[in-house]
Amino acid sequence: MATSAKGAAKGSAPRVTLLVATRKGLWTLAGDAARRTWKLSGPHFLGNIVHHARVDPRDGRTLLAAARTGHLGPTIFRSTDRGRTWKESTRPPAFAADSGRTVDHTFWLAPGHPSQPGVWYAGTSPQGLFRSEDGGATWSGVDGFNAHPQRKAWCGGDQDGTPDGPKLHSILIDPRDPAHMYIGMSSGGVFESVDGGGDWHPLNRGVRADFQPDPDPEYGHDPHCVRFSPALPDRLYQQNHCGIYRLDRPATRWTDIGGGMPKSVGPIGFPLALHPRDPDTLWVFPMDGSSVWPRVSPGGKPAVYRSVNGGRTWRRQAAGLPATQAWWTVKRQAMTTDSAAKVGIYFGTTSGEVWASRDEGETWRCLAAHLPHIYAVEVA
Amino acid sequence: MRLTVLVPGLLRSYTAGAERVELEVAATTGAGAPTLADGLGALDRAFPGLRFRIVDEQGRIRPHIKLFVDGGQARDPAAPLPATATLMIVGALSGG
Repeated sequence: MATSAKGAAKGSAPRVTLLVATRKGLWTLAGDAARRTWKLSGPHFLGNIVHHARVDPRDGRTLLAAARTGHLGPTIFRSTDRGRTWKESTRPPAFAADSGRTVDHTFWLAPGHPSQPGVWYAGTSPQGLFRSEDGGATWSGVDGFNAHPQRKAWCGGDQDGTPDGPKLHSILIDPRDPAHMYIGMSSGGVFESVDGGGDWHPLNRGVRADFQPDPDPEYGHDPHCVRFSPALPDRLYQQNHCGIYRLDRPATRWTDIGGGMPKSVGPIGFPLALHPRDPDTLWVFPMDGSSVWPRVSPGGKPAVYRSVNGGRTWRRQAAGLPATQAWWTVKRQAMTTDSAAKVGIYFGTTSGEVWASRDEGETWRCLAAHLPHIYAVEVA
Repeated sequence: MRLTVLVPGLLRSYTAGAERVELEVAATTGAGAPTLADGLGALDRAFPGLRFRIVDEQGRIRPHIKLFVDGGQARDPAAPLPATATLMIVGALSGG
């Protein structure tokens, strides 16, 4: 959720808490009403690799964290008191015993539809989709995806894909219809279900896949982050391995909106964050995807780019960020927005810093430094 | 059979801090001796959730976990256990 229920109920200024998931544990950053003063707390699960942590927007109290260690297999920790106490899932996401497949880690957590309290979805590495109906205590595979006869063709082998393993991410539940869902996979592409996950079809036309012999295949793409506008769920954006794209449903062919990025920066990156009320406004964080894919800020000069016209044009927003010799980047779950009147934007870096803007990207300040490599930043 | 399990620090959150636990293990299939898999099953019944952290959903010992039965490395979950045995669980991971 974007603001605390307590603050919203009183009509007072919203208070934002950030969940900062890192390679070595989970921290929180609690802001005051002005989003000016922040308090860092933690760690929870020190030494655990926490890929994602989310709050349940339906109750404002339940938190889930996807964790594993280098030695131990993957699990889900859950709290029903906003992180004061935690219990472990009694049945974490795991593939069927006869499938031959093994969940390496849970990568993405998504609360279910508002009409289905207690329902959560999880995406794993390698690509698997799981569902909980009891607030994350127990998980079952979504057979409509995991056992789909085309799954292997869509995804490739479990050893294929990104450096940290192939992933299922960007689980989107249509706020108008719980049976209408999207998922993203690296690799695999974007897929849609209209029957609650019973069946899936690819939705990738128009998206380049320049790492494949066929530059416009039906599937096999590498979307890094897919989101739809909270204000207009038929407006989808994706930051892809091969650029930035927009799709206005019911159309099925994506439009390349990365062409307006400066040539020296390019349209490659991992995260993408959307304005909570204006479907034409979005932010991306470009990285160097040239030559051997250094995966750092282009030229060592980090910057956010904002579009206010659906991706037709982009403007650099870097005031307050290091001007030079800053070689970090931002991962796909590590940039988000709040829902304040003047939207706050937050991102966490691979070098363990959390940066914030409370004026829609115009100016930035560092909220925390010296944390471990940050995997995800979410508003709670 | 009687199984003594030496629990490493990384798993003591499951055993309320106990470094050493004692279990009675019965065979779950056939008339043969209980196996290492049976021992891990008994361990999980006593301390729910522990087994999945060290053995994956296909019954394979996870890559950075080593199991030793009476000092010898155990790689096969189907291997039989003697009437009394000590199972040592080790987290073996290098790097940062």
